[in-house]
Amino acid sequence: MLRLLNLELQKLLLNRTSKILIFVSFILPFFVILLSSLKINVFGFFTLELGELGIFNFPIIWHLTTFFASQFKFFFAIVVVSMIGNEYSNKTIKQNLIDGLSKKEFILSKFYTIIFFSLVSTILISLISFCIGLYYSSYTEASIIFRETEFLMAYFIKLIAFFSLCLFFGMLVKRSAFALAFLFILYILEWIIFGLLAWKLDTGLAEKIQNFFPLKSMYKLIDQPFQRIAMTKFPDKADLIYDYGVHWHEFVIVIGWTALFIFLSYRLLKKRDL
Amino acid sequence: MEPILTINNLTKKFGYLTAVKDLSFTINKGNVYGILGPNGSGKSTTLGIVLNVVNKTEGNFHWFDGNTSTHDALKKVGAIIERPNFYPYMTATQNLKLVCKIKGVDYSKIDEKLEIVGLHERKDSKFRTYSLGMKQRLAIASALLNDPEILILDEPTNGLDPQGIHQIREIIKQIAAKGTTILLASHLLDEVEKVCSHVVVLRKGVKLYSGRVDEMISSHGFFELKSDNESELIQLLENHKSFGKINVKDNLVTAFLNEPMKSSNLNKFLFEKGIILTHLVQRKESLEEQFLQLTNNNQN
Repeated sequence: MLRLLNLELQKLLLNRTSKILIFVSFILPFFVILLSSLKINVFGFFTLELGELGIFNFPIIWHLTTFFASQFKFFFAIVVVSMIGNEYSNKTIKQNLIDGLSKKEFILSKFYTIIFFSLVSTILISLISFCIGLYYSSYTEASIIFRETEFLMAYFIKLIAFFSLCLFFGMLVKRSAFALAFLFILYILEWIIFGLLAWKLDTGLAEKIQNFFPLKSMYKLIDQPFQRIAMTKFPDKADLIYDYGVHWHEFVIVIGWTALFIFLSYRLLKKRDL
Repeated sequence: MEPILTINNLTKKFGYLTAVKDLSFTINKGNVYGILGPNGSGKSTTLGIVLNVVNKTEGNFHWFDGNTSTHDALKKVGAIIERPNFYPYMTATQNLKLVCKIKGVDYSKIDEKLEIVGLHERKDSKFRTYSLGMKQRLAIASALLNDPEILILDEPTNGLDPQGIHQIREIIKQIAAKGTTILLASHLLDEVEKVCSHVVVLRKGVKLYSGRVDEMISSHGFFELKSDNESELIQLLENHKSFGKINVKDNLVTAFLNEPMKSSNLNKFLFEKGIILTHLVQRKESLEEQFLQLTNNNQN
């Protein structure tokens, strides 16, 4: 396993473009979260301090940071897609197999890399959330701090699933740009199907079905936190209440998709003549 | 003899096209094999199948004694297919390190192999800055990293300039001299003739011949003769039982033998008949002539 990871890391880290993209995908969310936690003086008129709003309180901070950080996953998605695209355009995939890598090992080395970077990202996010939280949060009892840390798990699984989807598209079309286009098409397609279902059936049922779609199910793992923040501000408004929790069945759906994408990528490579 | 690669009834179909048809042959340790065939005869497809990059339709093959999986066996094989494929943004050393990781070989071999192919001074240049000849030599260094039991080369001199071709051939000869088994696919016949002891001849995916190069067609060779008394010479040869076909071109008489004959005996015989030769050469067909004869005979 370490050998396969090591192999892929060499391929990625010696490539300047992917090195920059990896750097950006890790450092950018880090900075955005860090900056937003600072006290910003807007031209002397007033000071903007998001921390005052109570959004950096435990346990809501876990929800907030993982939600925002996951918006930056697109940068690393480009890396994932291009790590397949490059293998095809340089024909190095062929050479790797001739040199004695099996097709299974090839897919696994990509998958391990995805897990590795998702893990690094999760650890970074949890560290920074923890620090900011300790600084701002009004509650610092251990039981409150570690409540809702399942958002971190959700973040980790969400990243793995999304990158596995990118891996599959990369294997399918062999070209990075087309694979990204496919991702976009899938996004639109999911909404079109949702629209059709909502029109033919009813919206509630359509939404339930939509929650099984690949992109939507990944999104569902970490629901948007705005409404929740609003909820804490106006606790008496009942129509704001929604289910923001992370549920085991959401995990099951997303892990199911991940397994399917990896399996399909392997099948595709196995059947293909290079 | 110890078999390295055994192929049994291998067939590959690309849709309606049959690229390789019912192919069987065995590669034994220590010999230098050539796979000959015109473009599109299924050479690269066959190599692709045994190298795990093309899926077979029917038949089977196994490496060594048949107890190792293909990808593990490939760790003991060195192969270059068509065009050198490396990561353009890595240097030669970095590329070879990657191959070492895949094959599970120690890094210490890298410098040694780069020395053999004469790329040691450029080892820290990026692959994309290399000329085609250098890329091809790097590919050979990479194939040699694991001190392979067999070296597979598919059109190794394709697209190179004469100097590059010469360099590659010298390297191949050096490797062959060390006793490494080599399998060389090429449509360049003189290349195969210069280095190979055994050949497999393919045409349209069908095997026409496999065996020693010098036994490829049952021929006793031919004489090239010149004399001032040409018409009488031709008449004598036509009536001689040892000769079959006789061609005349630009005063050069070419007489094909039906049975073995020594040039001294022919010379003596003609002299006794009063014919004095001005030119006498005994030859065997070159591989190219044999190859064309073989492929033409099987045209239908």
